[in-house]
Amino acid sequence: MKAMYTAFLATAVIAVGAWYTLGEIGFSASDRNTGNAVRLDDG
Amino acid sequence: MARILLTLILALGLAGPLAAPVAAQEASQATETDRSATGGAQTLEDIMARQRGEKVDNFQREEDPDSAGAMANQLGGLGGASDSDVWSALRYGTADVTVTSGGPEARVLIQDGGMKWLQFREGPLTTYGNWLLVGTIFVLALFYLVRGRIMIDGEKTGRTVTRFKSIERFAHWLMAGSFIVLGITGLLVLTGRTVIIPIFGHEAFSTIAMGSKWIHNNVSWAFMLGLIMCFVFWVVHNIPNKTDLKWLKVGGGLFSEGVHPPAKKFNAGQKFIFWSVILLGGSISASGLSLLFPFELPMFAKTFAVLNQTGLPELLGFGVLPEQLAPHEEMQFAQLWHAIVSFALMAIIIGHIYIGSVGMEGAYDAMGTGEVDEQWAKEHHGLWLEEVKSKEGAASESKAATPAE
Repeated sequence: MKAMYTAFLATAVIAVGAWYTLGEIGFSASDRNTGNAVRLDDG
Repeated sequence: MARILLTLILALGLAGPLAAPVAAQEASQATETDRSATGGAQTLEDIMARQRGEKVDNFQREEDPDSAGAMANQLGGLGGASDSDVWSALRYGTADVTVTSGGPEARVLIQDGGMKWLQFREGPLTTYGNWLLVGTIFVLALFYLVRGRIMIDGEKTGRTVTRFKSIERFAHWLMAGSFIVLGITGLLVLTGRTVIIPIFGHEAFSTIAMGSKWIHNNVSWAFMLGLIMCFVFWVVHNIPNKTDLKWLKVGGGLFSEGVHPPAKKFNAGQKFIFWSVILLGGSISASGLSLLFPFELPMFAKTFAVLNQTGLPELLGFGVLPEQLAPHEEMQFAQLWHAIVSFALMAIIIGHIYIGSVGMEGAYDAMGTGEVDEQWAKEHHGLWLEEVKSKEGAASESKAATPAE
């Protein structure tokens, strides 16, 4: 059962890691489609 | 779009539940219309046919407004091009659109193929997909009522044998746990508008949809990692062989008591599950990556080109598939394919979950603790148990033969 719980924990860690990493390297949809004349974020 | 998807499905042998509605949708064909009365422009019959949802020859409406005469003077109109011509050019993607941000997809201002996608998504895809899942659960419930739980026929020995190592079980649960989460969140996103909103309202669905999208996008990486790990660990054991024929001949003993066909580490049924997960899961991952990175990974135009080269679409009577797709069409095909293949895999996995839990005594132990009773192994994986025993015997003999230092 330990392997199963570890896998579930790993799933959560991978999900948060993916979200953080993709956001950091500018792969969010708003980052990819923004420009000088287009503002898709809150700023 | 529906016709092309059907060809893809047929190519993979999954045509069953979708063949009827698609065929019905495509029953209407374009008809030759005499347009001499309008000088070649659209006629009343064209307009009526379009409103009936029939296919219309839009050749005359796809003209480029740039080919029209120049504007007569400063206070003139649009030159030789009317407003209607401009809108037609925008609709058919022939207008010269300039944007300050974004790639080719940003220059598409009207994409009327989106309506076909929406109708297919909210119609046959959702309806038949949900029925497939409900039908699968119904059949399994019926099977359980008729057959009952498949019990271990012999006496349990109390001795266990290691069926799966920790790392194998980790890979399985990484993939399995994430797949269930992806399935639930995917269904919420797909059917939420029709199922969640009437019950919980728009505000609640907004929160659920945003949460589901976040989870679906980010948990997908765990699924892909688990998929790769399982493939590496188990592909060698899942290559079909003659033993599978014996197993299939008696239905794996699933339908009658006391029948235990020989099987190695994985029997034919498990091999079917394995290859379904690898192939369908791989296809879902590919289309999912295309959706995760919008417009960055188009793959359907290339796939259609390859399919056209095989001649399969024409052989099946669907003509030549389009090899030029607008960026949005690529995304629409990716979404539909992602959902269709996911429904198929969900149905298969529901069966897998059933037989691995309530359907068979002792099956869950294999992935729970990794240890199974020898009697269970003897009945369901007899050849594998013999291999394990002979290896253990050889190991203990070599240990005994080694002189003490």
